Amino acid sequence: MEAIPPFETFYEEHRSLVLAVLRKRLGRERADDAFQETFLRALAAYGRLRNAENLRAWVLTIAERVAIDTYRRIRPTADVPELSHEDARPAYEDLGELTDGLPATERAAVVLRYGYDLTYDQIAAALGSNATAARQAASAGVRRLRARSTP
Amino acid sequence: MTVTPDLDNRFRDAAARLGLLDAAFDVLESPLGELLVAATDRGLLRISYDPDPNVELERLARLAGSRVLRAPRAVDLVRRELDEYFDQRRSVFDLALDLRGLTSFSTQVLGELARVPYGHTATYGELAARAGRPGAARAVGTIMNRNPVPIVLPCHRIVGASGALVGYGGGLDRKERLLRLEGALLI
Repeated sequence: MEAIPPFETFYEEHRSLVLAVLRKRLGRERADDAFQETFLRALAAYGRLRNAENLRAWVLTIAERVAIDTYRRIRPTADVPELSHEDARPAYEDLGELTDGLPATERAAVVLRYGYDLTYDQIAAALGSNATAARQAASAGVRRLRARSTP
Repeated sequence: MTVTPDLDNRFRDAAARLGLLDAAFDVLESPLGELLVAATDRGLLRISYDPDPNVELERLARLAGSRVLRAPRAVDLVRRELDEYFDQRRSVFDLALDLRGLTSFSTQVLGELARVPYGHTATYGELAARAGRPGAARAVGTIMNRNPVPIVLPCHRIVGASGALVGYGGGLDRKERLLRLEGALLI
C-alpha cells in the first residue's frame, strides 16, 4: 500500500489539472472559487484517506461535485452541461450521466466506486462517512439504477 | 493551467484559517540561509537549516499528520520573532512550542536549555546536571544535535567543558555566528 503523501505534495501535483477541469466546466470566473472549494474539501477528508492509489481520480471527483454544486447554486433548475469536445470519455463521465437523478450520496458512491475504481475506504473519506456506509450507499444506488432500467 | 500566486495564496490562507492543517510551514530567508519553519495549532514544531523539502515534508507528516501545507501566514509570528532576533531587537522568544514525539529526558533537557540566557553559554555537562543526570553530557550532546527548534531553543549556547564550540546541528559556522550575534564571543 502506498503511503499518503504530505498534502503539499498532493496539492502541487494536482492543482493545475483541477483548475483546468474547473475552467472548462465553469468558466474562468467561477473556476477560482470552485478551485478553492475543491481543495478545501479534499483537505477536510485527507486525514481519513487510507491509501494513496487513485488520488488523481479522487480529487477530480471532488472537483466534479463542486462543479455540480456550483451549477445548482447559480441555476437551480438547469441541467449540468456536459463536456462536448472530449473524444474518449472516461468511465466516470458516462456514469455521471447514467446516475443523474440518484440521491447525492448514492450517486457519488456509485461514480467513485465504478467510475473511478476507488476503495470503500477512499469513498468514505471523500464523503465524510465510513466504509460500511459507503458500501451501502453504492449498493443502494446500483439497486435503484437496476430498478430504473427494468421495463 | 497555471494557478496564479493570488489563487494559490487564497487557498493556503483559507486552509490555515479554517484549522484544516496538521502542520503549516514556510521557508524563510535568514542571515543563516534558508530556514524551514513549521507550526501546528499547539505551537512551533520545527526549524530546519538547509531544508530539503521532500525530506522535511515527509518528516512533518510523520510527526503531525499528512495535512501538511505551506501556509506563510500561519507562521507570521515565528517569522516576525526570528527577524527581530536576527536584527538584535529580541533576546527572548515568546512562542508556544509543540515538542511532541520526544522522550521525557529530552523534554526535560530542552526545558533547561530554554533557561540558558541570551548571550551566555553553558556546558553539556552543566546542562545534564541541571536536568538531573550529571554525567549524561554525551546524551545531552545528542539531544542538542536533534533539537527540533534550533535558535528558538538555544542549543548554540551549549559548549564543551573547555569552552570549545564542539558541534552544532546546523554546522559550527552557524553556531559561531549566533554566539557572535548575541555578543557571547568577544574574540
